[in-house]
Order: sequence, then C-alpha cells, then structure tokens
Amino acid sequence: MIDFIRKIVRNRLAGLGLIVLFSIFVLAILTPLLPLAPPNEIDTPNRFLLPFSDNALLGTDHLGRDLLSRLLWGTQLSLAVGFVAAFIAGFFGSLLGIVAGYMGGRTDSLIMRSVDILMAFPYILLALAIVAALGPGLLNALIAVAVVNIPFFARNVRGVAVTLAQADFIQSARLSGRSNISILVFELLPNVASVIIIAFSTTVGWMILETAGLSFLGLGSQPPQADLGSMLGEARAALITNPHTSIIPGIMIFLIVMGINLLGDGIRDALDPRLAKGQLEKPSPLTRVSDSLRKSPPIAGTANNAVMEINHLSTNFEVGEVVNKAVRDVSFSINSGECLGLVGESGSGKSVTALSLTRLVASPPGVVVSGSVRISDQELINLPYESVRAIRGRRVAYIFQDPLTSLHPLHRIGQQLTEAMSTHSRGANSVFIDRAKHLLGEVRIPNPERVMEAYPHQLSGGMRQRIGIAMALANDPDLIIADEPTTALDVTVQAQILAILNDLRQQRGLSVLFISHDLNVMAQICDRVAVMYAGEIVEMGRTLDILEHPKHPYTVGLLACSPQIGQGRQNLQPIAGMPLAGHESLNACAFANRCSRVQPVCQKQLVEIVDMDSQSVRCLFPVVES
Amino acid sequence: MLRYIVRRLISMIPVFIGITAIVFLIMSLIPGDPATAILGSYATPENVANLNAKLGLDKPLVQRYLIWLGNLAQGDFGRSFSLNRPVLDEILERFNATLVLSGTAYLLCSFFGILAGLISAARQYEISDKLITFTVLIGISVPSFFLGMMLIVFFTVQLRWLPASGMFAIYGGGDFVDLLRHLIMPAFALSFVATGVIARLSRSTMLEVLRLEYIRTARAKGVKEFRVITRHAFRSAIVTILPVLGLQAGFVLSGSVYIEIVFQWPGIGRMLVDAILTRDILLVQGGVVFVAFCYVFFNLAVDVLQLWLDPRITRR
Repeated sequence: MIDFIRKIVRNRLAGLGLIVLFSIFVLAILTPLLPLAPPNEIDTPNRFLLPFSDNALLGTDHLGRDLLSRLLWGTQLSLAVGFVAAFIAGFFGSLLGIVAGYMGGRTDSLIMRSVDILMAFPYILLALAIVAALGPGLLNALIAVAVVNIPFFARNVRGVAVTLAQADFIQSARLSGRSNISILVFELLPNVASVIIIAFSTTVGWMILETAGLSFLGLGSQPPQADLGSMLGEARAALITNPHTSIIPGIMIFLIVMGINLLGDGIRDALDPRLAKGQLEKPSPLTRVSDSLRKSPPIAGTANNAVMEINHLSTNFEVGEVVNKAVRDVSFSINSGECLGLVGESGSGKSVTALSLTRLVASPPGVVVSGSVRISDQELINLPYESVRAIRGRRVAYIFQDPLTSLHPLHRIGQQLTEAMSTHSRGANSVFIDRAKHLLGEVRIPNPERVMEAYPHQLSGGMRQRIGIAMALANDPDLIIADEPTTALDVTVQAQILAILNDLRQQRGLSVLFISHDLNVMAQICDRVAVMYAGEIVEMGRTLDILEHPKHPYTVGLLACSPQIGQGRQNLQPIAGMPLAGHESLNACAFANRCSRVQPVCQKQLVEIVDMDSQSVRCLFPVVES
Repeated sequence: MLRYIVRRLISMIPVFIGITAIVFLIMSLIPGDPATAILGSYATPENVANLNAKLGLDKPLVQRYLIWLGNLAQGDFGRSFSLNRPVLDEILERFNATLVLSGTAYLLCSFFGILAGLISAARQYEISDKLITFTVLIGISVPSFFLGMMLIVFFTVQLRWLPASGMFAIYGGGDFVDLLRHLIMPAFALSFVATGVIARLSRSTMLEVLRLEYIRTARAKGVKEFRVITRHAFRSAIVTILPVLGLQAGFVLSGSVYIEIVFQWPGIGRMLVDAILTRDILLVQGGVVFVAFCYVFFNLAVDVLQLWLDPRITRR
C-alpha cells in the first residue's frame, strides 16, 4: 500500500492531479464555513458584474447572484453527485460482475445478456429515457447516470472474476465446503479490488461530466439550486454578452475532471503490472549503444577468413538502477561456410548475443556496453540505423525460435516472403513472387502456390519454420543466425528442419550461427561449438572435440545431463545449484558456486579463457583425461 | 460472409426485443397518466378515461407492449401530441441532421485519433508524443458543451468568422459551403473528446504490438521503420482498435445531444430533450428506440469489418 502511494506520488502528473483535486475537495468541504455571500440571493441591479468587482470576486450572474459563492456550492454539489453516482454504479456493477463470474452457467448468461442489452444503447439515450420517466431533477439525474454506468463495472469485474473462479484457491475453498458468500467476500473480492479501483478511477470523471451534462440540458438540478452543469446551462443565454458567467463554471468542471483523469492514470499505472515491467515502452529499431562505447576507439579485427568477427561484446539490460549483465565480454568469429554452434542453458545469454550482432535487442532495456561486431571489415556497433538496416536481412538473416509468433499473423506468407526481397532490391513484384515460390520449393514445401496465399495460423509448426528458413534465404545472406530454430517443434519435425538446414548449408555454402540448448542437435549440424554460461563463453572448439573431450566442468555437466540414444541406460546428472544472477558482478569464476572441482582460488580471481590443445577453456582446473 | 451476416441479423432479434422492452418499461414507470398530462389538470374524469381508451392505456402492460411492438414492426411509431405529426416523420427528418453532424465528427475523431495515437507511439517520449498526450488530456477532460460555447465566444463573437447556430443560414443559405460553415465548430467540439479516447487507446495498443516478436522479425528483415510502424504494427493494432471505434460511435451520438443544444442544430438530440421537457412520451420512446437500433446495426457493420480484417477469426 505504501509502495502504491509512493508510485503515485513519484508520477509527477498524477501528483499534480492529486494536488488540484485535493484543493478543490478542501474548498468544497469548507464552503459552508467560508464567509461567502448567499448563493441564491438575487440582486438584479448588480447583475453581470465582471470578475474582481467590489464585493464579488468572480462577478455576478444574470440575476446578480455572487458567482464565487455559487461556484463553490455548485462544486460541492457536482462532486457529491458524481461520486455518489460512481459509488452506486461501482457497487451494483461489481456485485453483478462478481456474482456472474463466480456462479457461471445460467446466472452468468442471464446477467450478462441483460448487461449487453443495456450496453446496446448509446449511454445518454438510456439516461435521457430514465430522466424522461422519473422527471427532471438532480436525484433522478444521479440515478440515471449511475444506472447507465453499471454495465461497465459489471463487464470489467466479471472478466476477472471468471478467471479467478477457476483458480485453484477458489476451487479448494469451494471444496472445503465454505459458503458462497464467505468465498465471494473473503477470497474473490480482495482479488478483484484492483480492477474495481481502476474502473472507478476511469469512470468517476465521466460521471461528473455526465451529471453536469444532464444539468446543463436542464434535466438535472432545478433552480434555484445549482450544480456546475446547470450554472453553465443558465449562463448560456448570456454567452455572447457576458461570457465570464459561462467560463467560470466551465473551467471548474474542466479542472475537476482533469485532476481525476491525471490521478486515475497514476493509479492505473501503479496497478498495471505491464507498466512495471516496461512492457509499454517502444523498443527502438536499433539497440542503444552506451555513450562510453560510442566514444571509445574501434577494436581492430584479427581473423581474415571470417564472415563475422565478434570481439569483447557485452550487452546489459538496464531497468532503472538495476543492471543485468546478459552478455559478458564475448568473442568469437564465424568463418566462411562454417556452422558455429552456441550452446547453453536458458538465460545463459545465447539469444541476447545473437540479437546483439545486428543490434536487435529490444532497447529499452537493452544496451550494448562494449565490444565490436565486424562483418567483412565493417564495424556494426558504430553504424547509423540506415546502414545497419541495409545489412539486416540482406547480409545477416535470422531464423527465430517460434515461427508462430515470429511470423506476422495478418500478412499472407507470400507477402512476408516478397517483402524480404523488395526491402533490399528493386524489381517487379512478379519476379519476387516467382523467387518466393522457388524458395518454398527449396525448403521442400509441397504446394508453394497455395502456401503463398495462406496465413501463418493455417499452417503446421514445421511448415511455418520452413517459411522462416525460406525468408532468411531470400537475399542470399552471408550469414544466417538461427536462434533455437527447432526448439518449438516436435522431434520428428525437428529432424526434418535440421536436414533441410544441413542440405542448404552444403548446397549453398552457407555460414550459420546456430543457437540451441541441445548438444545432440549441435552434434548433427555444427562444425564448431561455443559453450555459454552466465553470459560468458566458457569453452569453444571443434564439435567432436567438445563432445568427446569436454574440458570445462560445466560442459562435462551439460553432457552428463543430456540423454544419448544407443548408449544404454545411464544416470542423467543434473548440475546442482542455480546459475549466477545477471546483476551480480564477476570477481570469481562464474561457475565456481556450482562446480564439483572448485578450489579456493576459483572464488578469488577472474578466470581468462585460454587455448588448450585445439580448444579454448575458461577454467583454472580443466578436466584432463588420463 | 453472407451467412455470417444473416446469422448475426437473426441473433439481433433478442437484442431488439430487449431494447424495446427496457424503453417501454422505463416509460411505464412514469407516475400519473399521460392523458392528464395532455389534457391538463382541469380535464373532466370522463375526458381522461376517453382519451386513455383511445390511446389504449386502459389495457394491461404486456398487451400494451405487444401492441406497441407490433406497430413498430410496421413502421408506426405513433403520433407526437406536441408536434401533432407522426413520430417517425419527425425522427427521420431530425436524424438526417444528426447524421451529418455525428458522422462528420465520427470520421474526424477516428482519423485524427488513430493518427495521433500512431505518431505518439512511434515517437514515444519525444516532443510530439508529449504534445499529443497533453492535447489528449485536455480533450478527455473538457466538457464538449463547454468547449462548444468557448468556440462560439472566440470564433463567432470575437473573430466573427463562423455562424454560431443552426444548420443553414436563414437568409440566402442552403448550399454546401453554407452547411460546411455551420458544421465546422459543432463537429470539432463533438469530435475532440472522442479523438482523445481513440488516441489513447491507439497509442497503448501500438506500444503493446511493437513489443511482439513479429515486429522484431520485420526489423530483422531490414524493413524500413516507417513501414514497420504502418504496415506491420498498425495492421495488427487496428484489429484491437476497431471494436472500440464501434463503441465510440455511441459516445459521439451521446455527445451530439449536448452539441445540438449548444449550436441549436436541428437534430434528434435536441428533439429528445424538448420532448422530455414537454413530456411527449411517444416521441421520446420512438427516438430512443430508433437511435439505439441504428447503433446496434452500426456495430454489426463494425463486426463484419473486423471479420474481414482479421482472418484468424473463424466464420462459424
């Protein structure tokens, strides 16, 4: 709760709203105590006095009544009516919503059908009908506005209550034989409270506007009593000659509603979990590069046969003060025609490394803080957006993990394929279409014509991933980065996809960076393997060497916990402990706390990666077979 | 597609019955009887009883409802006693004017709301985003009738640019330019609030979509950022925005009641308010039912459009 209030106050606009609203509330409450002229005392000789006149700070209206006094009394009335209406609507709406969501079945459909029918009216029509029936008057306007807003609460609350009613804790409370009332009040209500508060804060402003509106039309408060709406309505006749009588109550309504809206936004932001996680921030098209890196001199390349060379690359996730080091000082290169595997547990930084290469890491929160990425002697890290864009998909293409979420759900397959080509080269669309069909054939899709017209959801997982591959091939890239391309697929489909990738590699001499958590998959396709742990590469070498003679204790552990077919029955050995959290800074071997071979010295110093035989290993005490 | 529309039309029958039932029920809550209201308090009891019988008010509630429903189905909305003409004629005439005003405002707010939301999302936290967010905040906080009055003070009284009332000038008006001059202020005032609501929704929807994986795919393909925003992100966002656009039609129609009063626009909203103040029940009843029906049909059209825009929805 304290955290909630702090969040609201920290949000500057919400704080402003709170101050405005609070001041108006205090004024409204103190109104009876203030030394004001009587609000309804008519003094026709002094009508239409301008603001700042003697005896009338805000002037007088068409009957010579003191505007300041009327404004404050009217504010009090408008606030009271608006909030009471909101409470009534909130109470009955939430009640209906909770009951409907909890009871389900017939009760639910009966309530929601009625609510739907109420919602079939443009809201004011219903309010007008109710006022027409009950007769004009403030109380009747209040009832009308409350009734009209009940469906809104009922719908919102029911939506949450339905999912909650199925939740385990409600089900077990039901099974324990507690009464429905007790479950509703003590289990369900606390959990829908935040929805009710959000709904309340978004509607109370509307309700004040609506009641003011009805009064403005002459259907709400009746003279001589005046709320802000009827003040505005009465002043309208003198709008052209004495606009100040209209402007004063109008601005008051505006201030109240704006204060409520600002505060409401703050409340919503504080209660909405998506905002806390930064999920409503637009990722920039290019991962941010830290200022220090941008200013530092470029790192010179060394390898000469490399398609891509990565040196000392580090990428952080920075959310507020919290810095999460996802990739730490990673260096490797991919040679022409080679397939390099990047393997590690989830969270080891392999995908972030892959995305960092063309600066695709979502930013915020991603920041590249050090290192260099060179593609045939061109430095990518300092390149402006347009130049990186020209490289993406043209020279470096990606295949992503889940083809269902990574293909656009509302674009046809043909569109998505031809777009990959038309982005980088000019030409007739028919040429692109022919080429797209040819590509679909290459990834062994049996019926290219029909698939071109299909949407992703109409295809199977294996088909979708073939399309992902075809799309990556569209521009004959120098390098393909396959980010767990088979993880989301069935084993049989996985084998097909691997076979397709392998064939294409051989036919086209593709260079591939292949990312997976599965060493068995790696063994089938990769020439070399780099093992990642806690954002670092801990071991790198030829695939066969790594599989047969692992030197880093982590690689040994990784191999021991993946089953191998044909090796008979073995005990799979999980690696004990948890990987290092990304925010911990390194001053020891990252694997030390989980390592079975750990020595005191491992806890005390950083460990460099060193060459050993044909492999490189980041370990002080590597495994050496006798 | 056609089968879907037909099925939806059939499923709307209970909604229509519900709407008419609610309106009829509310109207029957009225204390006292309309005959007294029409004839005045000096009427003799015989005259009142006669008129009640003539109006069919001596029959039980359900029977009266069914008779009214039957008449509605035949296009007979009854006769307005205050205007002394058929309710439907009056409604149709007034609805035309409302349609011109609300339709214009609706197009304006849909277009500018979505555009503002798009720009705001694409330029999050930049100056254009802040400017739009600020304008939107004013939009959703200012009462439309107050905004309308301020427009009159400024553009009619101060600058003398635009006429403040009516749909056409009384003398020498009547052409399209004249209509346009009369339309600018009320349409703007009416659309301003709804623009804010749509802009907010569009902005947050766009921001959500921009986080999705297929946007990353588009960027990985090297698609230009402008195209990522317009063709990829917006194409998905519109599917979420559209149903809310349908509901906004209700808000625009509702707001038009106030705006018609402020600008003395001869629309159905002003007719309803007048009818309430003169207690012309049949006119209120007919007007409410008529506009509610139109609104329901409009939302059906939005649903059909939705079906066309989102191939994932199966046409069951």
